Amino acid sequence: MKFNIWMQKHQNQLTGLLAVLIIISLLFTYLIKNELVATIIMAVASVLGAIPIAMHAWSALVNKVVSIELLVTIAVIGAFIIGEFEESAVVTFLFLFGNYLEQRTLKKTRSSVKELTQMAPTQAELVDEDGNTSTVDVDDLDEGDHVVVKPGGQIPVDGKIVSGTGYFNEASITGESAPVSKADGDDVYAGSLIDNGTVTIETSSVGEDTTFGKIIELVEEAQDSQSPAARFIDKFATYYTPAVLIIAALVWAFTQNFELAITVLVLGCPGALVIGAPVSNVAGIGNGAKNGILMKGGNAVNSFSHVDTLVLDKTGTLTTGKMTVSNVASFSQDKTVDLATLAAVEASSDHPLGHAITKYIKDLGITDLPQVPELDTVKGQGMVGNDGKQEILVGNERLMQDNDVEITSENRQAIDDRLDNGDSIVMMAVNKELRLVVGVNDEIRPDAFDGLTALKKAGIQRVVMLTGDNRLAAQNIADKLPIDEVHAELLPEQKVDFVKKFKSEGHKVAFVGDGINDSPSLATADIGIGMGTGTDVAIDTADLVLVKSSFKSLAHAYILSRKTVANTKQNIFIAVATVALLLLGLLVGIIHMASGMFVHEASILVVIFNAMRLL
Amino acid sequence: MAKAILQLGELTCPSCMTKIQKAVANQDGVSNVKVLFNAGKVRADFDESETDANKLSDVVTELGYEVKKVKVKENA
Repeated sequence: MKFNIWMQKHQNQLTGLLAVLIIISLLFTYLIKNELVATIIMAVASVLGAIPIAMHAWSALVNKVVSIELLVTIAVIGAFIIGEFEESAVVTFLFLFGNYLEQRTLKKTRSSVKELTQMAPTQAELVDEDGNTSTVDVDDLDEGDHVVVKPGGQIPVDGKIVSGTGYFNEASITGESAPVSKADGDDVYAGSLIDNGTVTIETSSVGEDTTFGKIIELVEEAQDSQSPAARFIDKFATYYTPAVLIIAALVWAFTQNFELAITVLVLGCPGALVIGAPVSNVAGIGNGAKNGILMKGGNAVNSFSHVDTLVLDKTGTLTTGKMTVSNVASFSQDKTVDLATLAAVEASSDHPLGHAITKYIKDLGITDLPQVPELDTVKGQGMVGNDGKQEILVGNERLMQDNDVEITSENRQAIDDRLDNGDSIVMMAVNKELRLVVGVNDEIRPDAFDGLTALKKAGIQRVVMLTGDNRLAAQNIADKLPIDEVHAELLPEQKVDFVKKFKSEGHKVAFVGDGINDSPSLATADIGIGMGTGTDVAIDTADLVLVKSSFKSLAHAYILSRKTVANTKQNIFIAVATVALLLLGLLVGIIHMASGMFVHEASILVVIFNAMRLL
Repeated sequence: MAKAILQLGELTCPSCMTKIQKAVANQDGVSNVKVLFNAGKVRADFDESETDANKLSDVVTELGYEVKKVKVKENA
């Protein structure tokens, strides 16, 4: 089967040779006027051209696939039988030349993903037990292996730093291009770069199992997972091609016109139809990948393009999620003791507000924390600890009200001050007495306003913010942004209910969240969009992942999805119109085999070029 | 069970994809064949007791496609 591969590799040269032969033959016909030589050359060209096509057709047929090549092969053999050598030579040439152009242009549509895969690490410096290093292929690394990375080098694996420190550029994973400092015990990711410093890393995963590997895999699979329209066409084509064969046979049987029958075979080739829809997808998804937008296939592109209602989480989505304590109001003699108690309580919380507060208190130098009673979490409210001697409440206003903590006018004033500032509020009460009111501020993402404005211009009718945070803090943020509706103080399941409600009203809903605590809403919405770092969770749960947490890329993704869907429709239209026109041409007698093939190949190029506009 | 990943040369015709898919899936002990048309990759699970990755690579080669790289991942 060496011949097979040799042919495959030299198909382009063969196509060139065909062109030369055809030109020489035409010279013989029109200049030298030697019909016999011309015909012989055309016959030779037909045979040469038909060989690779027939081989493809045969290997497909062995696997029970009726391919386009089979239609062309039969047509060429038919033309040969009736002595139409010129037609058969031109048809094979056009078919092969079309393939060549298709190859060239398809490469372009795939280029963005290729660039991404080429960024994947291939080699690593392995350190053995004696401390010697050797260069190895990343595929040969195993979990637990130690690798060393020098300044400017690329991290070859996902793992933990065991020695050394350095500044890392993790733009390929998190979209954040500012270097991050990392040292012993910190996680590093394959595909990121070390700006300066030398580190030794203990491998935890390699190749396709790394986060970067997963991103590549996701994009590769996405390009092949087609939109409903493309899938329909695909299905259609499997039946369409054999159908053309049958129709051609019927034409021959009824009209006894052999030439007409083989022309039908060539005209019936589903060329642009098969390539048209997928190529739009590939280009669209490729453009996304280049811009840090990972769309999980044609379905995601399709649903996103129909979205009219955008539902956003507040913390970590509309805001940066990097919270800082803006003010602490104390209502007791000993603020320090209260803060120490608060820090002790918050230490067990994994809520972002809790992190901000513990960090703030630690930075004040309060590190000697008291023993506190065991704590229960009250969902959406805060935490309660009671050991009989002391009852500690830490949480929002609702928690205080539900537990009959009295809020004096002085307290009220402090709370309202913070709320006016747009802060989230955490209160602490000990034995029903309010001790602390802490305001925590979270910055709005700098491009949220521009991004949302662009989204609305592009076709989003309603922007809704859902948050577990208090009403005033939420309203304060909403007032600064083009947001139509705000629902605050929600539990995660209430967020899901809102998403369901919008869907039942007939809206197409996109939910944008950070992928960790909002996974139910992400799954319920027509399309779930994970915003934030390219963590495993976000990659797994969302239909669309924004590597860069920016509203500009969200707007880009939306506009891109709409363009991609429109492009797919245009391509399907072009393909169907081509076939219809060809048949019409055949009926009125202006289309023949060679010209039919020409129009076909031209239409394939037209759909590819059309898709390339998306890049 | 193990997973084979074959990196092929550029694929251009969608019918190649069906062809490769069917030919590989027809091998004994092979399941879950996926041909990634745009990435030019074939992924397939196979039973080591019945076949091996080189055999799958031969199948693809015989169809007339160049196999550039073969990778095998053991599934624990």
